[in-house]
Amino acid sequence: MPIKLEQVSFVYAAGTPFERHALKDINLTLADGEFIGIIGQTGSGKSTLVQMFNGLLKPTSGTVTVNNLVTTAKGVKLKGLRQEVGLVFQFAEHQLFAETVAADVAFGPENQGVPKAEIAARVDSALLTVGLPLDIKQRSPFELSGGQMRRAAIAGVLAMNPKVLILDEPTAGLDPRGRDEILSRIRELQRERGITVILVSHSMEDVARLVDRLIVMHEGQILHDASPREVFAHGAGLKAIGLGVPQATEVLQLLRQRGWSVPEVALTLEEARQAIVAAYHERRERA
Amino acid sequence: MTILAVEGLKHIYRGHDGDTTALAGVDLRVQPGEFVAVIGRNGSGKSTLAKHFNAILLPSGGQVLVGGLDTRDEALLWHVRQMVGMVFQHPDNQIVATIVEEDVAFGPENLGVPTLEIIQRVDEALRQVGMESLRGHAPHLLSGGQKQRVAIAGVLAMRPRVIVLDEATAMLDPIGRAEVMNTILRLNKEQQMTAVLITHHMDEAVRADRVVVIDEGHVVLSGSPAEVFCQIELLESLGLDVPLATKLGIELERSGLPMPQHVLTAAQLVDELCLLS
Repeated sequence: MPIKLEQVSFVYAAGTPFERHALKDINLTLADGEFIGIIGQTGSGKSTLVQMFNGLLKPTSGTVTVNNLVTTAKGVKLKGLRQEVGLVFQFAEHQLFAETVAADVAFGPENQGVPKAEIAARVDSALLTVGLPLDIKQRSPFELSGGQMRRAAIAGVLAMNPKVLILDEPTAGLDPRGRDEILSRIRELQRERGITVILVSHSMEDVARLVDRLIVMHEGQILHDASPREVFAHGAGLKAIGLGVPQATEVLQLLRQRGWSVPEVALTLEEARQAIVAAYHERRERA
Repeated sequence: MTILAVEGLKHIYRGHDGDTTALAGVDLRVQPGEFVAVIGRNGSGKSTLAKHFNAILLPSGGQVLVGGLDTRDEALLWHVRQMVGMVFQHPDNQIVATIVEEDVAFGPENLGVPTLEIIQRVDEALRQVGMESLRGHAPHLLSGGQKQRVAIAGVLAMRPRVIVLDEATAMLDPIGRAEVMNTILRLNKEQQMTAVLITHHMDEAVRADRVVVIDEGHVVLSGSPAEVFCQIELLESLGLDVPLATKLGIELERSGLPMPQHVLTAAQLVDELCLLS
């Protein structure tokens, strides 16, 4: 289910004093099975961009093609598309509505016309994927803790077996362990099922260690579209637009300023450790 | 005098499926001018604790004294609320007016402050958070960080003695988080405003004077950021994290580098490494 955006622009409140160009001339192709991160300041166009991917928003100009279906064409039916491109919004727990967790998670597949027996299996599988115990199925989603509610909401989207999964800040407000658990399960899911995952995040750490491809949005345009290692080599530029680099990279960049010969970028703590140990021994030998 | 005195505080939520003990006997004292960070996993009780600081919740057991006033005394409720201002996670849920300065004026208006003084207070509060230039704007057009600064200004206009931020940076981008953190630090350092910051971001907690760790309704650890964050195993067993610089410093020590002491920030780590060689 490849997604292609050609010369896509989007204007909010066109013709009013609040007119705002949220996207400007975006060209982008997302291939099947990619794990893509999107970072950018609030208002940079990230959320508008991801809503193009399932036809929730249609561009003011340009074309969006998802699996050879042009979402911008007249009379096109987008229901099937929205079931295959699952979107988990920010604070997904606000979308919970049913009386029980099981009913909430089943809502998507029921609307897809999935047979009853299969729905039950999908609900269980989705709950286990997000790390929720099956004994909470009959509880009200509103009695769960914040972290559990978030997981239940993500499970509701997973139960539709989307081919593309878009997550807008899925871990904001979660504690560190909850954050790590949800993200590693999503990474497993992406590998096992070969689905495309698009992760919108404010955490440089999370995108650095998870994604294969990182898109940086700034003022409605794509500033970078490359591997995290290449993107985070532009530390000064990222800081200038209100973003940053992972802390592991920050340490190496500070060391470089003090004359250490370490690489520019470390995506994880372990990479930084290895680089520093090597550079330390090298300096000792020279001294 | 202690500004917040929490003694043996218990809080029980009554539900259909039985009762849930959120706080199981918390003791905590916060001194005037102190900046305290509270960390703990989701469901640990930290937000419940925060809601006791200005009598949004009342103790099921034990007591909370705010500036010496017992929060259970209904006659003192408005005094307690005026002393402790709260800022929550979602800026959109706490903004009430359609213009920034009117939103900031809402609190003092409800306190019955005379109009001229309201104007002065609004001016001052907006200046304190660096939002004077946007005073005539509509709040919904502001960024997340700006909205949270308006919410902080609204609290400041009520002239509280304590400001409590309950995950107020959780939904902000890096620049928004930095704006809010710098605002809090400035208020704390320059005006000795007592601040309680509830957060999941360890890099924010390291900037406080004291870090309090809550788990299962108890205070399990309390001390300076350096004292708390060297307890890596304990924190990880509680589902928490330590700042990356601290963890990296310890990993380097395990790799044979003679690291002299625990560090909390990237800058400290780099200084230590440069002293080694």
